[in-house]
Order: sequence, then structure tokens, then C-alpha cells
Amino acid sequence: MPVEYQTHEHDVIVIGAGGAGLRAAIEASASGASVGLVCKSLLGKAHTVMAEGGIAAALANVDNRDNWKVHFADTMRGGQYVNNWRMAELHAREAPDRVRELEKWGAVFDRTPDGKILQRNFGGHKYPRLAHVGDRTGLELIRTLQDHGVHQGINVYMERTVIRLLKDGDRIAGALAYDRERGRWTVFRAKAIVLATGGIGKAYKITSNSWEYTGDGHTLAYDAGAELIDMEFVQFHPTGMVWPPSVRGILVTEGVRGEGGVLRNSKGDRFMFGDIPENYKPQTAKDQEEGFRYVLGDKEANRPPELLTRDHVARCIVREVREGRGSPHGGVFLELQTFAEWFGKKNPKFNAAEHWKKKLPSMYHQFKELGGLDITKEAMEVGPTTHYMMGGVRVDSDSQMSRIPGLFACGECAAGINGANRLGGNSLSDLLVLGKRAGEFAAEYAKKQNASGAIHADQVDGAAKTALEPFDRATSESPFKVQEDLQEMMQDLVGIVRKEDEMVRALAGLKELRARAAKIQVTGNREYNPGWHTAMDLHNLLTVSEAVALAAIQRKESRGAQFRDDYPKKDNAKFGKVNSIIAKGANGEMQIKLEQLAPMPQELKDAIMAEGGGVLPDELK
Amino acid sequence: MPTTFRIWRGDATKGEFKDYTAEAGEGMVVLDAVHQIQATQAPDLACRWNCKAGKCGSCSAEINGMPKLMCMTRLDDLPPGETVIVEPMQAFPLVKDLVTDVSWNYEVKKRIKPFRPRKPDNADGTWKMAQEDADRVQEFRKCIECFLCQDVCHVLRDHHKHPEFIGPRFLVHVAQLEMNPLDTEDRIPELKEKQGIGYCNITKCCTKVCPEHITITDNAIIPLKERVVDQYYDPVMKLIQLVFKPRKKDELAETKPS
Repeated sequence: MPVEYQTHEHDVIVIGAGGAGLRAAIEASASGASVGLVCKSLLGKAHTVMAEGGIAAALANVDNRDNWKVHFADTMRGGQYVNNWRMAELHAREAPDRVRELEKWGAVFDRTPDGKILQRNFGGHKYPRLAHVGDRTGLELIRTLQDHGVHQGINVYMERTVIRLLKDGDRIAGALAYDRERGRWTVFRAKAIVLATGGIGKAYKITSNSWEYTGDGHTLAYDAGAELIDMEFVQFHPTGMVWPPSVRGILVTEGVRGEGGVLRNSKGDRFMFGDIPENYKPQTAKDQEEGFRYVLGDKEANRPPELLTRDHVARCIVREVREGRGSPHGGVFLELQTFAEWFGKKNPKFNAAEHWKKKLPSMYHQFKELGGLDITKEAMEVGPTTHYMMGGVRVDSDSQMSRIPGLFACGECAAGINGANRLGGNSLSDLLVLGKRAGEFAAEYAKKQNASGAIHADQVDGAAKTALEPFDRATSESPFKVQEDLQEMMQDLVGIVRKEDEMVRALAGLKELRARAAKIQVTGNREYNPGWHTAMDLHNLLTVSEAVALAAIQRKESRGAQFRDDYPKKDNAKFGKVNSIIAKGANGEMQIKLEQLAPMPQELKDAIMAEGGGVLPDELK
Repeated sequence: MPTTFRIWRGDATKGEFKDYTAEAGEGMVVLDAVHQIQATQAPDLACRWNCKAGKCGSCSAEINGMPKLMCMTRLDDLPPGETVIVEPMQAFPLVKDLVTDVSWNYEVKKRIKPFRPRKPDNADGTWKMAQEDADRVQEFRKCIECFLCQDVCHVLRDHHKHPEFIGPRFLVHVAQLEMNPLDTEDRIPELKEKQGIGYCNITKCCTKVCPEHITITDNAIIPLKERVVDQYYDPVMKLIQLVFKPRKKDELAETKPS
């Protein structure tokens, strides 16, 4: 008997309602398309709320030397030049307008003394560039988009998880989803679909990501025949909480360092001063005094080494811990007291406690309530946590369309803009700029179609029946246990520091886990059943984990977020100009190839040279 | 230390408390215990959660009778050795176990007039705003929409005035719109006529349970009540309005230099 399902039809279906999905939905809807927005959780709860530091955009409100070219050059340097330069260009050019638009829609940013949007320093950004609201910028962004979006007639379908994209021949035709509340099936029929499902953080044990981030969009696209790109680049944010155990991995914003926080090892050394990469030396402070002057906005000063890129800071922390100079619970110390003392000497009226509560309110709360620690008085313990996926669905730089006609992707589940490492603050701007583009081009694509593609019953039936199998099994494999074992294995074998033999073992381990996943039994019924939901997400986690391992093995060098213990140096000759591309082969097996980057136009090369002391990096020669 | 958790299991038709034992480790929060129980004893135990850091407002529940976020309630802050009672929010229809149907809140928000800014102050489409003005609004915009204030409000919880009263969450929402210095919309008539601000008798329960520590009653609701009074009941204002025909906020906006 075929499964029963209800159908909703729209011109454009957006899957995922974080910042990227909401921005895409708003744009598509504004251009007249009928839009359905499908979200895995309740509206407004997506991981965008966890973004703390700010939105990177060269508004030049705080430092008038900033402009899109500097932002572009910073983004490319941070990504170690394997970014899609066109996306990085569009992003840098369009981000300021996207930020201003938020204000028009009701966002209330922190202000400069002359009443403009305030901008703060962040890792890898040459000038103070992040528009922000204390340390809860993501919440401001998602709430602004949500409140604007619901008044625009977007149809929101909450707590629905898409498990399969449906195709009519080559083109996209719809998506099959279940609702959490009752476990019923829905087919979303559409002329165009935008994936905006976020990351893959749940593939790792220590992560800042919630249960939702299981690589859904990555896997949906891959299974439907799209390509994945840059999957080896998983960003480990240098500062997650490490203690107590129940909060391990929860993010500690880079804003702490942007506001003067310093990292120290157990010996009290400020170890970041001891390891500054050659290409960042000219932009990095020579001593504490200069770094703090930078924090205060001194234009003559360079940034403190704590604000080097995330990949580098994370690795330095791992090194300190491995070499026995870590904090009691396996991290390092991050403290605000040195800056407060230094500044207090200059300003006797400076009230450190009030200052930090105002600048970092949610960090203050988070540590006070979850860690029992007052960050205005005591040092935090921090260590790397899985945070962001640079890799994702390969899309056209201008339209965000994948190689499947009608299938678009944006935000974290798409890839290209960040290259080997994303700069903090570039995610919120990416999801605004490229989210808008995805929505715009998806609506335009939908307009050109006379009708939606046909829904083929066999696709719906097959996917739904596979999803229901765990209820009928008499085995006893637990979905939670398989997920936990997967997370431990990825953390140990395909984590921050990687080796060929370990990753080969991981690939074999993934095969075993897949076999175990096929034996999972689910108890209870289909109504709001977390065991069943976890079981269904496993296919996605296994798929993206395999892609990460495969791509990381292929790139036999260290670049950005990928650090290979067996190839600790960059190899520009072999890997400086290539991306790894993953796609499903004819027999269903995962295939990988390397592809040359498109040559960069001279104007963009000039922008990079201007910021690099007139020298072009080897990757671009 | 093994701790007993008495958790509500059931749906809209029937249900009961069930006891589970979880191992309480250092720094653990109630949500950790619920996850532990899910993974080892009750895989179909329903609960909502996302960020696990008090930023998304998904894991709202009642813990020992108090509306709280499960992710921000540490076990070592609860009475040691005693059973921890976890049940769903009471002001909304139950879906299953700890999950309630909060869709009413989303419907309410749709009915509130959206932000309508005055003409931009600058040619590039931006506005000037002082930090002091931003501060006032930003307090309200900290709201994570956990709906715990709605849950505790007796007008909703006990008197079920959902059709007539928007509740503290949305009074905070109206307050942030009304107090945004750029906004030109007038929401005061609806507040009085349709959104039931008069129902609030300022017991301040909402302020007490707010995990974001928003001073809901004093900073949002009372000033809104004052605006309603000014517009509808103030004899001096009435006289002024009689003599000078009131101008719409829109017209005022138009006369501002752009």
C-alpha cells in the first residue's frame, strides 16, 4: 500500500529557516513568488541565534579606510586563496547594503558616538568591521528577518524535516518531509528549492552545534546528484567552553578577544605572541601595548595575536594542551583582567565589571549560570569546538544554483566563499548576501517554469518506507549509541590534527557504522519520537562524515582548517589552486576529484596585492 | 550521584508522571538529565531543545513547578537528594511529554503591526540613533521567545484569555516597536481594544521567570499602560486634542528633514 501524504505547492520552497533561509524566503517572496519555508525546529530557533560577534561588512563607520576591496582581500587571505573569488567579491561588495537593510526592517545595532552602526574588531579583519548588538548579534538578525518575513506572506511549516528531494527527470520537483508532531508525510511541490540547512557539527563529539546540524542539505543535494566542494575544511572554533562537562563545546565568542581578552597557558605565558604566521606578521601587534591600543581603536596599531585566524589560534591551543601547558580541564585560559588592569591604569574611573557586562552580556551570563564563574574577575577555560562547515553544496557564484536545475543552496550548507577557513563575522554577512541572491534567482527560475515537475509516487514511497523500517525491526541497535560512536570516531580520527592512516581507519569505521545504522530499532510510535528522528538523521551524518574524511585524505597538505600531521606544510604547487569535488558515482559510491580554480581577474589580484605589501601570494601566481 | 526525575509522559488525551534515574555529574543541567534518560531509558521521550546555552528559548518546561529553561537549570541549584519534577508548560495545549503547542504565539505576532521607520536621516538610507535610545529597545530585543512569561501569566494560564490578551511576551514586542525611535506606527488603540493590555494587573510573575532578565512589567508593560492612559483617559490631553486636532504620526514623519 502506498504511503499517505499531504501536498503543499509553492513556486519556491526554502528548506531551513536560519538567517540564510529566511533571507532567501524574504527575497523570493518580495519578487512575487509564492514561498514555503520549511524548518526543522520552531521558527526563530535556528543556529543563527548562537552567532554572537557580529556581521562583517565594510561600512567604514569606525575606520574610514575600510572598503569592499580590503574585506575581499581579508576573506581571501583567511581562506588561503582556495575560495571562490567571485563569491568573496560579491559578498564584500554587497554586505554593507544587506546590513543597512536590516536596520530598515527593525534591527537595533549598537551605535557609534555619532549615532551610526558601531563596528568591532574580529579575527582576520584588518579594520573594525563587525556590526553587532552586544554579543547577541545572531538573535537580532534572525528575529529581524523572522518578524519582517511573517508580515510578507511567507508560508512557514515548522518542525518538519525533509528526508529526500524529489526529481522529475533532471529537474527538481519537490521534497518529502515528516512532521515531528505526528510523524505524517508531506510532499512540498515546487518549481525551485533553496537549501539552507546549515552545518554538520553533530558529526563531532565536541561541538557548538545543536541536534539539528546533521548535514541534511549536504546529503539531500548529494543524494539528488549535486556536487559537494571543500568538504575537508571543517572549522574548529578556538574557544568553546571546556568545563563543566555538560557544556563542553558551547561557544565563547571571538568578541571576547576582540574586546581585549588574552589567551594564556598554565605557565601564564601569552603563547600567541610566540607563533605568528609570516603572512600575518606585518598586521600583528609587536607587544601587549600595541595590541591593546588596537582594541581601543588606535589606527596606528596592529591587532593582537589572539585575533589571528581561527584555524591558527585553534591549532596553537591544541599544541599548548598536547605539550602539557593546558588548563586543568584540558583547555587554555582566556582572561579579561590583563586588559582591564592596563586600561584601569590609564582611566582610574574605569569600572571593569560594568564594562564587560555591557560589552559581553551573554558571555557573562553563560559563564555565571552554567560555569559558576564571573568572567569579569576570573579567567575562563576554553578549547577548540567544532563550529562551522566551510564545505558544502557546489553552486554557481552569482545565482547560488547547483548543477541540478532548480536546486539552490545558500548559507553554511553551500560552499565556496570561505575557502579553507572562514573569518568570524563572515557567516552572518554571507547568509545575508548569498541568501538574498539564492532567493532572488530561485524566484526568477521558478517564474520561467510553466509548471512544477511531476511528483513520482515511487520516489515518495521508497523514501518513506525506508524511513519507517526501524519500527519493524527486531534488532536492538540504539540510534543514540550509533550517533555517539560516530561522533567519537570523527573527533578522534578526522578532527583538528589529521593523519592518513587514522582517516583511512575512519572510512572503514564509517562502513561499520553504516551497517549498524541499518539495524537500528526504534520503539514507540511516530509522534514526536526523538529516537526515530535521530535514526533518520544518521544517514546524513554518515554521508557527510565520509565526504569529510575522503576530502581530507585527498588534500595531502595543511591549509586553513585542514591540518595534516603527516603533511604539516602548505603545498602550493599541488594544492594551492585546486578544490576537491565530491559526487555520487554511477554505482552509488562516493567519488572525489580535484578541480582547478578559475583564474582571478586582475582587478581582484590588485586588491589582494594592495593589502599584501605589493606581493601576490604564491597561490595566485 | 543518582537522582530521580519525575517526568510527565503522555499526550493531550492521557498521561502520567514516570520516574527515571539519571546520574548527576558536575555542572549538569536538567536538559542533560533528560537527554541521558532519552539515550538510555526512554528513546521516545519528547522534548524540544536547540542551543543548550539559553539563547534559543526552545527547552521551556516547568521544573519543580517553576517555569524554566531546562538548559539553564543546574542540578546543583535544586534541593539536593530530592526528586526533580519536570513537566510541560501549562498555558499551552500539550503535544507530547514535555512538548507543547506554542503556535498561538506565532499567530499573535502576525497580528501586531510591523516596524515602520521614518524616512532615513542620511542619503545612504541610514539613520542616526543614540546608544541611549538603542539601550532601551535592546533590553526588549534580548527576548528569546521561550514563552515562559506567557506560561506563568495567570491571565493566560488560569483564565485562558488567549483570544483577548496577547500576553507579556508580545507586550514586550509592542514595547520595543513603540519605543524604537525610528518607528512611526501607532499601536496604542489595538493595545487597548484588541490586545487586552488592561488584563495585566502587574503581578510581575513574568519578570520573575524571564531567563533573559528583561524587566518586563516595569520597563515594557507599565509604560505601555501609561501611553494608553495618556491617549484615552488623560483630561489634559483630551483638552489639548480638542483644541489642536491631533496629527497622525505619519505626517510628523513627513515633516522631518530627511
